[in-house]
Amino acid sequence: MAYSEKVVEHYENPKNVGSFDKNDPSVGTGLVGAPACGDVMRLQLRVNQAGVIEDARFKTFGCGSAIASSSLVTEWVKGRTLDEAAQIKNTTIAQELGLPPVKIHCSVLAEDAIKAAIADYRKKSVLQIAADTAVSEASAAL
Amino acid sequence: MKLPIYMDNHATTPMDPRVLDAMLPYFTDQFGNAASRSHVFGWRSEEAVEDAREQVANLIGASSKEIVFTSGATESDNLAIKGVAAFYRSKGNHIITSAVEHKAVLDTCKVLEKQGHQVTYLPVTREGQVTPESVAQAITAQTTLVSIMWVNNEIGTVNDIAAIGGICKERGVIFHTDAVQGVGRLSFHVDEMKADLVSITAHKMYGPKGVGALYVRRRNPRVRLVQQMDGGGHERGMRSGTLNVPGIVGLGRAAELARLEMDENLAKVTALRDRLHTGITRQLKDVFLNGHPTHRHPGNLNLSFAYVEGESLLMALKDVAVSSGSACTSASLEPSYVLRAIGVGEDLAHTSIRFGVGRFNTEQDVDYVINLVVDKVNRLREMSPLWEMAQEGIDIGSIQWAAH
Repeated sequence: MAYSEKVVEHYENPKNVGSFDKNDPSVGTGLVGAPACGDVMRLQLRVNQAGVIEDARFKTFGCGSAIASSSLVTEWVKGRTLDEAAQIKNTTIAQELGLPPVKIHCSVLAEDAIKAAIADYRKKSVLQIAADTAVSEASAAL
Repeated sequence: MKLPIYMDNHATTPMDPRVLDAMLPYFTDQFGNAASRSHVFGWRSEEAVEDAREQVANLIGASSKEIVFTSGATESDNLAIKGVAAFYRSKGNHIITSAVEHKAVLDTCKVLEKQGHQVTYLPVTREGQVTPESVAQAITAQTTLVSIMWVNNEIGTVNDIAAIGGICKERGVIFHTDAVQGVGRLSFHVDEMKADLVSITAHKMYGPKGVGALYVRRRNPRVRLVQQMDGGGHERGMRSGTLNVPGIVGLGRAAELARLEMDENLAKVTALRDRLHTGITRQLKDVFLNGHPTHRHPGNLNLSFAYVEGESLLMALKDVAVSSGSACTSASLEPSYVLRAIGVGEDLAHTSIRFGVGRFNTEQDVDYVINLVVDKVNRLREMSPLWEMAQEGIDIGSIQWAAH
C-alpha cells in the first residue's frame, strides 16, 4: 500500500512520543483501541490552570496511519483549550493525512483518544476539587 | 548487497537466468503451435513441450503421461477439486480439506458447497499440521476427495501427507495435495506421498509466472476428472487451450534445475533461514515462532514480534520485501486465518511477519535484515504503549479493551 507523504513523514519523525506521569493531577490520559484489533493509542495531555493544553505525548501500537494520526493530534491539541481540543474531528485528521478509506478508523481512534484524555483530566480535577473541599471542610470543622 | 532485498519467496521467486535462456527461443524463432501436426513449427514446439513434461515428471517421480499443464496452481487446484467432485458425483458428495489451505482450495470448496457438496474443514494442531487420525475419522461412505496441502504458504508447516495419502488409499478416497510451496525445495515422490493429484507451479521454483501443472495419477488408481475448460481437447481432454510453449519450457527447465541442485539449495536456504532466526531472537525478546519448529519449509520464518504491530514494522523495513500476517493491509481488519487456525491470539497475530528466504539471498542480505529488524522493533517498542505496560508488569490480557 502506498502511504501519503504526510503519513510517512509523521511515521518516520513522530512528534511528541513518550509519557507523562499519569498520576500527575495536571495530566489527562486517554487509552483507546484494543490489541486484538491491531491498534492501541495512548494520548496524554498536560493542562495548565487556565484549562489550556500546554503539552502532549503519545504512544501507539498500530499501523503507520495510526502512528501518524496520533503524532498529528499531539501537535494540534497544543495551545488549545479543552473545549477547543474536543472539537477536533476525525474527518479533519483523515483529510490532513490523506488517509484511504481502510485507514479511516485510525483517525477515529485519534479523535477518541483526545476525548478520553479530556474526560480523564476532568474526572481527575473533579476528584481533586472534591478532595480539596473535603480537606478544607475538615480543617474548618476543627 | 543490493537494496531493496527480496525476502518474500513464498509469494513468488525471481526467475533463474538459465530458465529465461531456455524460454527465449520459443517466443520468437520457435513460435509454432504445439498442436499443429502438419509442419515442422508445430513439431518442434510439441517436442519442447514433451521434454518439459518429462522434466516435470522426473522432479516428482511421475510418468510424463500424468502431467497436465495449466496456467498455475490456482487452476490446478480448481481442476483437481471441481473435476473430481463432478466426475465422482454419483459415488458421493463429501470432500475433506483443512482450515489452513490456500484460498484456491478453500474458495473452490465453498463454491462446491453451494452446489450441494458437503465439505469438512479439518482443524490443525498448534504447529499447523493436519493429523492423519483426523482425516481417517472424517472419511465417510460419501467421501470422494481429500485435499490437504503439503507445505503451508504462511507458516511453512510441512504436513505428513504420506500418512494422509496412505489412509486415503486404504479407504479408496482420491487424495489431492497442493504442493506448490514444497515441490522443487524438498524431495517429493508421488508414490511415496501416495498422492493421486498434485498441484504445482513454476514461479515458486524460480520459473515464470502463469504456468503450472497438475499431476493426475494414471494407475492404481486411475483418476478421472471432468475438464473445467472446453475446447480443442488439449492435454488429453483435461485442459483445452493452446499450450503456453515458452512458459511450459520454463517450467520444465526450472523443474530440472530444482531436481539437480536440490541438496545444495536446501542446505544453503536452511542455513540462511536459521541464521536469520537466531540472529533476531538472540537480540530481541518476546519474539515467537509461528508454525512447526522442525517440519518446516526451509526458507520460511514466520515470527510474531509482541507489542509491535506488523504493518508498522513492514513500513519500517522499507528496503526489505517481506509480508505481514496481519491483514490490516486489506479492507478487512481480521488477522490471518492461518494464524487464527493455529490458535495464535489476535493480539499476537497482528504482530507477525513472514520472511521467505530464497536461494538468491546471501549472508549479507540476512545480516542486513537482522540488524534492521532489531533496530526497528526496538524503535517501535519504544513507541508502543503495550510494551511500556508489559515492562511495568501490567498484564495486558487483564485490561478491559473496548473493541472497535
